[in-house]
Amino acid sequence: MQGIITVFRKELSDIFASWRFIFLFLLVFISGVFTLYIAGNNIREEVIGISEFVFIRLFTTSDPTLPGILQFLNLIAIFFVPIVGIALGFDAINEEKNTGTMSRLMSQPIFRDAVINGKFLAGVVTIAIMMISVVLIVAGAGLRMIGVPPTAEEIMRLMFFLGITVIYGGFWLGLAILFSIFFRRVATSVLASISVWILLFFFMPMLAGLVANVMVPVEQGAAQEVAMSNLGVQSTILQFSPVRLYQEAVSVLLVPGARTLGQTLQLLGGGAARMLPNPLSLGQSLLTVWPHMVIIVSLTAVCFGISYTKFMREEIRA
Amino acid sequence: MSGQAILETVDLTKTYNGTAVVDKLNLRINEGDIFGFLGPNGAGKTTTMLMLLGLTEPTAGVAYVAGHNATRDPLAVKRITGYVPEHIGFYEDLTATQNLAYTARLNGFPESVVTARIGESLNTVGLAKSAEQKVGEFSRGMKQRLAMADILIKEPKVAILDEPTSGIDPRGVNQILDLIGKIAIERKMTVILSSHQLHQVQRICGRVGMLLKGRLVAEGLVDQLGREAFAGGRYTIEVQLAEITERIMKSVKQISGVVSVEKAGGLLLVSCKEDLRPQIAKAVVDAEGLLIGMKIQSYNLEDIYLKYFTES
Repeated sequence: MQGIITVFRKELSDIFASWRFIFLFLLVFISGVFTLYIAGNNIREEVIGISEFVFIRLFTTSDPTLPGILQFLNLIAIFFVPIVGIALGFDAINEEKNTGTMSRLMSQPIFRDAVINGKFLAGVVTIAIMMISVVLIVAGAGLRMIGVPPTAEEIMRLMFFLGITVIYGGFWLGLAILFSIFFRRVATSVLASISVWILLFFFMPMLAGLVANVMVPVEQGAAQEVAMSNLGVQSTILQFSPVRLYQEAVSVLLVPGARTLGQTLQLLGGGAARMLPNPLSLGQSLLTVWPHMVIIVSLTAVCFGISYTKFMREEIRA
Repeated sequence: MSGQAILETVDLTKTYNGTAVVDKLNLRINEGDIFGFLGPNGAGKTTTMLMLLGLTEPTAGVAYVAGHNATRDPLAVKRITGYVPEHIGFYEDLTATQNLAYTARLNGFPESVVTARIGESLNTVGLAKSAEQKVGEFSRGMKQRLAMADILIKEPKVAILDEPTSGIDPRGVNQILDLIGKIAIERKMTVILSSHQLHQVQRICGRVGMLLKGRLVAEGLVDQLGREAFAGGRYTIEVQLAEITERIMKSVKQISGVVSVEKAGGLLLVSCKEDLRPQIAKAVVDAEGLLIGMKIQSYNLEDIYLKYFTES
């Protein structure tokens, strides 16, 4: 424990003193300002005739003229959190090996996992600080702008959103640390992390569509059941991607009106329209995203497991 | 050398892909010794050191440091052992003090003693003036001294130094070596140091071990090794004369203790059981010879080293 705390404190002060942190913080600031700008332009139309969950719409309001990828939640899910996670972890272990500090560190009376754990913890705390900052920027300035205070439930929802975002960031950090253990060269480990990132957010949906069309081909005028099972296969494949899991989870948390994650209802169209458009309670929203959180945590745990087994038995040569 | 073995290896073996890098090494190093580890590149010096610290698992055999099994209980070993790797590295963006503070905290020292110990260690190695300077600005020699301060922080019983003098200018080398010698004596620290630079090892090490292809080919006191390496352990004295005459040779031969006298090049080589230079000088003068100079051929480690390592 002693070792973890020492490594954690040192890593955290290193991060805060680094250029890397300043750049990432600029990124945070800009995405906060950008979100506010979009919300300021569009929230008025969005909330016409709505009396509930006005404040939380600061985070979910989209600009119809901008592509969906530039929405706050997508920015966070696809760009911001992965970049921060990778940036904080890609050189965690290999840089210390390359500069020769690792063998000095390893000759101190600490367990080896204290090094990984301390670094991971410092990264997670940094991600948490950044996310809290961006939410506070948007919430604070937004409050002045729209003048509608948040309800207790909205605050709870935002806190759960923060929690799951930090877990999601932990996955990227864990992945980056894993690569930094496996690859001696820093450039290689960055590239490996970025490849996984691109694969997950860009190619995974294409791959899912491809596999689904091969398994359940949907022809012109096919029965609705066929189209539905095609979608089922797609969404099953996408469940393996933490990007997708996180996107689904936060949209349920921040858009209380969303009650399901499947595309079935959209397909049924008429059926969905017959349901009352009442928002889900917080408890029900949480229940919906629980499996997503579990999967993201376990994916992080897998990264860690592999990191441990590699690093624990590794020979540390200067 | 009496005293208890603080470092001991029993049939220590490490193989990489079927090749033994360290092969059934049995080493005993007594408390307070300064032990020099010699051998060509790839002889297994670093690997042995890593196994002593528990940083590498031996394929077979055991290494003990102060009675602790280095593989099973590496933390106990690391608590009492300071290690300076060959390519020493510090956090370049941190100051010397910050780097040492990290080491101190990793060892679990309370904050109250950390500052005092850092000051003391930096003083000992002569870096007190650069305490608040970033390590990135340090020269190689300064970093090496900082490395010594780094191990002093934890007041170890054993110091394991891998090539502490590589890449340093001659003056820096002497400073480091003197420092190591001084610290070892003052703090009653056992030191193992590896090097290629033999006369340096000779300068401070009481005992040396020569490692070749993972085997200990010779071990003992430096003088003793020389005597073992070169038959009889005799002294050879080179005598330079204006002219070598039969009379001088006869006169020198008569000195008691002289074993043989031969002419080689322009020199007279006198082999004797002890240092007989005064007697030889007298004999030369008595024989009306003109003496220019005399030199004793001592066996330095270099000769010993080359003898062992070219033979095998």
